[in-house]
Amino acid sequence: MPRATGNRPGERLFWAAGSVAVVIYALFPVLWIVSLSLKPGATLGDGRFFPHGASLEHYLAVFADPRFSAALGNSLGIAALATLAAVLLGMFTAYAVVRLEFPGRRLILVAALSIAMFPPVSIIGPLFNMWRTLGLYDTWAGLILPYMTFMLPLAIWTLSAFFREIPWELDKAARVDGATPLQAFVHVIVPLAAPGVFTAAILVFMFAWNDFLFAMALTSTSEARTVPAAIAFFTGSSRFEQPTASIAAASVVVTVPVILVVLLFQRRIVAGLTSGAVKG
Amino acid sequence: MNGRTAAEQRLAWLLCAPAVLAMLAVTVYPMLYALWLSLFRYDLRFPDQRQFTGLDNYLSVLTSPVWWQALANTLLITVASVSLELLLGFCFALVMHRTLVGRRTVRTALLVPYGIITVVAALSWRFAFDPTTGFVNGLLGLEGAWLAERGTAFVVIILTEIWKTTPFMALLLLAGLTLVPGDLLRAARVDGAGALQRFFRITLPLMRPVIMVALLFRTLDAFRIFDTVFVQTRGAQDTGTVSLVSYNTLITRLNLGLGSAVSVLIFLCVLLLAALYIKGFGIDLSRREES
Repeated sequence: MPRATGNRPGERLFWAAGSVAVVIYALFPVLWIVSLSLKPGATLGDGRFFPHGASLEHYLAVFADPRFSAALGNSLGIAALATLAAVLLGMFTAYAVVRLEFPGRRLILVAALSIAMFPPVSIIGPLFNMWRTLGLYDTWAGLILPYMTFMLPLAIWTLSAFFREIPWELDKAARVDGATPLQAFVHVIVPLAAPGVFTAAILVFMFAWNDFLFAMALTSTSEARTVPAAIAFFTGSSRFEQPTASIAAASVVVTVPVILVVLLFQRRIVAGLTSGAVKG
Repeated sequence: MNGRTAAEQRLAWLLCAPAVLAMLAVTVYPMLYALWLSLFRYDLRFPDQRQFTGLDNYLSVLTSPVWWQALANTLLITVASVSLELLLGFCFALVMHRTLVGRRTVRTALLVPYGIITVVAALSWRFAFDPTTGFVNGLLGLEGAWLAERGTAFVVIILTEIWKTTPFMALLLLAGLTLVPGDLLRAARVDGAGALQRFFRITLPLMRPVIMVALLFRTLDAFRIFDTVFVQTRGAQDTGTVSLVSYNTLITRLNLGLGSAVSVLIFLCVLLLAALYIKGFGIDLSRREES
């Protein structure tokens, strides 16, 4: 791709300074909450950005709270299972949409797009009522189902975009050699499609990890309450001590996995985010 | 139709069925159920008094100042954050496009706000502006309780939204920038077009489709804002948004009838916004499927 045209030193310096500014913009609220979580209890109100001495007391306090460990387990389990389900169903659908001729192909893509625009808040009431009747309220399944559904559009679109790039002659060759379409799918396409599938999985996982609305509306105890909701409930729970630092520590704990994922897979995440929007 | 195409169609439907069923069961059916519930007086604290009341719930919502206030707040947050994000996102995209050093570092750093949990971002900003634990007052030499006053609370909420979602905008715009042919820009430069002229006459028109898609998605997303407001003010100081009104009516007050009417109205607003973008600005979403 063609880079910048005339590279006068002044111009180069200008864009380099811009880069530094963007990095500071992106990281300072994160640094701030890390700093807050490390401040010893007595210096919490000192109004400084950087901590004066560091202490791990708030981290110890957070991990001593069984509600936090439970929430961490719930978040991990629910996000992982929702990701698995969404990617699996999305993979089936994307394969059919890209590879097979059938009436209703377009309809499925349009339906998926409409659901991507659908406001989740519009269905929390009915889901709340339905889940109580079905016994899904405050269970893992009760959160996995909406997460999976709301991420299906993203999974279907991302996977379709990636599947279109696969050399499908290999699939045809397998079918000529006597493989059924299903065998061709499992043995030829799945390995080729793995990078796209992985990208979709990262995006779905990040959504499930982030959700607050469903977690607040559809859970009530440590049975299924995930970290974002648990952190929000930290606020009111301890009336006698300032929970700010504990909240900060808990926030840092759940932000570490996000930063690791971003560092490891930034190229894939960017490709996945932009695959749907820019093609065309 | 021969046997092969029939088999292919059967397989296609079999493969699509689970996803389609899930989408029907978890979005379409509950939405219809919300529509149905919105026609009843139905409060879970007094379930025996459930009674069909027609459009009464809608009348109550639409004559309530709470709804209109929340709608105005939501639109204010949406317009302010999306327009500023577009400007800032463009600056960031240009930086990533033009810079020769640390391009990947910039991109990775920008994914941090995108990936971080919204609740955590909202808390970080809340603590930063807090008069006792925060650093912002000290930095600016002020003594305000930002979240305790309506105007300044909106400033914090909107800043949080912008910080969190500008990266998404910037990455989409960066992808759009790479579609602008470098030869065209070089030719224009040789012909004496200035940087601003090149930007407004060549880059911007060529990027129009990408900008529109980014705006559409961000607008619909911003209109649903819930997490940030819940964490920062819980709707105090008249900062509530439509999602917060819906949540409070349904989950806190357990008034399913009234809350469902709010839900249906939010759905209609989103539909209206999407239609405005797609018809009004001529976004051709179907074109994207053919690529």
